[in-house]
Amino acid sequence: MDSAPSPDRTGVGYLPAAARTLMKLVVTGPFGVGKTTLIRTLSEIATLHTEEAMTQSSTRVDSTAGLPDKTTTTVAIDFGRLTVPDDLVLYMFGTPGQERFLPLWEDIARGALGALVLVDTRRLADSFAVMDMVEEQGLPYAVAVNRFPDAPAHSDEVLRKHLDLDDTTPLVQCDARERRGSIDALIALAEHVLTRMPQPEDAS
Amino acid sequence: MTPGPARRLIPAYLVTGGRSRPAGPALDRLAVLVRTDEPVPDDAGTQARRLCELLEPGALTVVECAAHLDLPVSATVFLATDLAATGLLLTRPPIPSAGQIDRSLVERLLDGLRSLP
Repeated sequence: MDSAPSPDRTGVGYLPAAARTLMKLVVTGPFGVGKTTLIRTLSEIATLHTEEAMTQSSTRVDSTAGLPDKTTTTVAIDFGRLTVPDDLVLYMFGTPGQERFLPLWEDIARGALGALVLVDTRRLADSFAVMDMVEEQGLPYAVAVNRFPDAPAHSDEVLRKHLDLDDTTPLVQCDARERRGSIDALIALAEHVLTRMPQPEDAS
Repeated sequence: MTPGPARRLIPAYLVTGGRSRPAGPALDRLAVLVRTDEPVPDDAGTQARRLCELLEPGALTVVECAAHLDLPVSATVFLATDLAATGLLLTRPPIPSAGQIDRSLVERLLDGLRSLP
């Protein structure tokens, strides 16, 4: 065995020594909306994933009806990490927004700062159920429209109307492949989280 | 999201020895695991040994260890709890002391996000 292995010889991105506080947020939305792309854009480590067991609620889904009983379904949850100067580490978990993932969703979202709901303007209606679920969870969220090159562009005003967004819910338009816009989406979410927290004078 | 699992998962019961609860308070997904100087005993299990080896060069969260070792998060929690009980690992909660996200933390996050290049 080598006496002095290089710490990163395996490409494992170990936590910075200064890291003291770790937070997480959920990146959610319909399939194919760009959740993993956004996480990859922002993450300082190669995107990782865990295989998570899908429990009872998956049995309602039609697409599994032809499978034998007792088939264990797993879903891969992608995640990444972003260190924010100097000692905060933000984890981003890409979590599917469908109702059948609810038990898994609750597990991952517990203690999360909030959720970033990604929207594709070609499939606006697909995002309604996702926003309903996030609202039911009581998690603060911001909506980020992932602007695909071939998708129709709309003004914020039109999108807000079609998504039936509350006036206080932030809406940003970004390209999940671009870092600046993706960071701005995180900033919009964090600002929104802050406005929902009690003011210092209200705290006991 | 990436489609489907590319390989077989190791069943959790093989890692946990058939137990359904870890021998201590459940660790958060983002609990930080740190390897101590305690030598790995000769009778340590394969997965326990792999986890210790992974953590030799530096600290990682539970969920990152699970991803690197291709283990379920729940099994990784079991392993880490056992290894902490025998002094091979130290565990640290994701948010120090109070354990709650408060205004000052979110303000620091915002300042930090705004300062990113």
